Amino acid sequence: MSKILVIAEHLDGKLNSATARAISAAAAVKPESIDVVVLSDAPDAIAAEAAKIEGVSKVVTVARAENKHALAAVLAPQIAKAAAGYSHVFAPSTTFGKDVMPRVAGLLGAAQVSDVMTVQGSHVFTRPIYAGNAIVTVEAPSDHPVVATIRTASWPAAGTSSSAAPIEVLSLDVKLPSHTRFVELKQGKSDRPDLQSAAKVVSGGRGVGSKENFDIIYKFADKIGAAVGASRAAVDAGYVPNEMQVGQTGKIIAPELYMAIGISGAIQHLTGIKDAGTIVAINKDGEAPIFEVADIGLVGDLFKLLPELEAAIG
Amino acid sequence: MKILVGYKRVVDYNVRVQVKADGTGVVTEGVKLSANPFDDIALEEALRLREKGVAEEVVIVGIGPADLTAHLRNGLAMGANRAIHVTTTEAVQPLTAARVLLKLVEKESPGLVIVGKQAIDDDANQTGQMLAALWDRPQATFAGKVEIADGKATVAREVDAGMETLDVDLPAVITTDLRLNEPRFIKLPDIMKAKSKPIDVIELGSLGVDTGDHLKITHYAAPPKRSKGVMVKDAAELVAALKHKGLL
Repeated sequence: MSKILVIAEHLDGKLNSATARAISAAAAVKPESIDVVVLSDAPDAIAAEAAKIEGVSKVVTVARAENKHALAAVLAPQIAKAAAGYSHVFAPSTTFGKDVMPRVAGLLGAAQVSDVMTVQGSHVFTRPIYAGNAIVTVEAPSDHPVVATIRTASWPAAGTSSSAAPIEVLSLDVKLPSHTRFVELKQGKSDRPDLQSAAKVVSGGRGVGSKENFDIIYKFADKIGAAVGASRAAVDAGYVPNEMQVGQTGKIIAPELYMAIGISGAIQHLTGIKDAGTIVAINKDGEAPIFEVADIGLVGDLFKLLPELEAAIG
Repeated sequence: MKILVGYKRVVDYNVRVQVKADGTGVVTEGVKLSANPFDDIALEEALRLREKGVAEEVVIVGIGPADLTAHLRNGLAMGANRAIHVTTTEAVQPLTAARVLLKLVEKESPGLVIVGKQAIDDDANQTGQMLAALWDRPQATFAGKVEIADGKATVAREVDAGMETLDVDLPAVITTDLRLNEPRFIKLPDIMKAKSKPIDVIELGSLGVDTGDHLKITHYAAPPKRSKGVMVKDAAELVAALKHKGLL
């Protein structure tokens, strides 16, 4: 029977909701147990959050001062050690999981399954390649633990349990390197919903034209309570910061409503929005590829249409 | 300092890849192949560090069949000093690539290894991190800015929350993100010059790395298609359609 260890992702003392999505994927393996490990300098509050997620058998905490920041070189040897006795080690396929998990896999001498979309069996999964233009079924060897990152857009967040799972303290005898040091994290401060978990997302592309013009996107997003994203072109042009990029190399998201404004729809962008419930495209070019995937398309000038939309919403 | 750069050849990013009807792979016959865009960024960064006087030599590494030579010549024309061609006819997965790179690292003793954060064919995003693990050295993934001074690298990383900066001791592994730099174009005289630059050829089998513990790919499928939607004629109609779906 499978025993799965899920790595908790957290920031500023709060559990990232991507963790609950990785737990959904773990549950799909139908394992004997799902344990969550929280590595932090102060894990208790995060562990208490994780313990309330449905399907979690227990939460183990590893409290060390070195775990204050999520440094892959520091976390990976601890995770590799904590993985003893587990058949699977999962983490969300966020920049956190993408950074740390291959290092864990390297230490364990195991191949990694990146971006798990579905679970077909305890060692059989599907995952996207070529920017999602092909989906492969992969079988992981059974003589090593399965190290995998979970494509969060493919999985709902696991629900809340009525009773909290037990929390245990784990002490690991692992020597940690000092060759990697955290300097700073510049976070985009925003009162808007989080791009990765928002139900509605409004994204702007090259068609928006400038950093100043992007205000019209923010204004419309605020009107409908949406998070704001962007295409690579808009980020490259400096209209918005990198953490807003949606696509193959940015964030892969699955909101109920995705509105692409002034985005032509390169395949690299489309791969980031394929799982959205409803895609709306507004573009002045009626031939733009975005209209091939849009559920609702509207051809026209975004600077004229967005104020009209706001007025029509009332 | 010497910089080792991973330089993979992939299906060009403009190609819309098609899955073979029998599910055994994707169509690659007659399809344009190019350098992995992230690896071009890795090479460009290495060249800039050499131009700044931080590094003396830039060595590119390719793993693949005999006809990879032309691809490596492109990297040499871009400015790499020399190339190492690890030959194999098998598809190489990240763990094997990392083990191969480790062997070359042990041979070459670079001060820095730069690779793309992912290859746009398998989209695995693993090789750099795995190499750093096997080598027991620091990693700075998804680099948006790199500065080298006093035996360490200060790297600003593109992460979900924003930009994170790390200090890592050298030698280290850096993986590149999109906005680290804009790779230069190759000029005709450089193509001529590249013809005389050395390419070391090493057979993968001679390196003694384990290649057997791969993921087995059992099936390829086309992604589910989104059906073509409807066009609306104005803002009012769009709002009505979204309200009808309960989205507004």
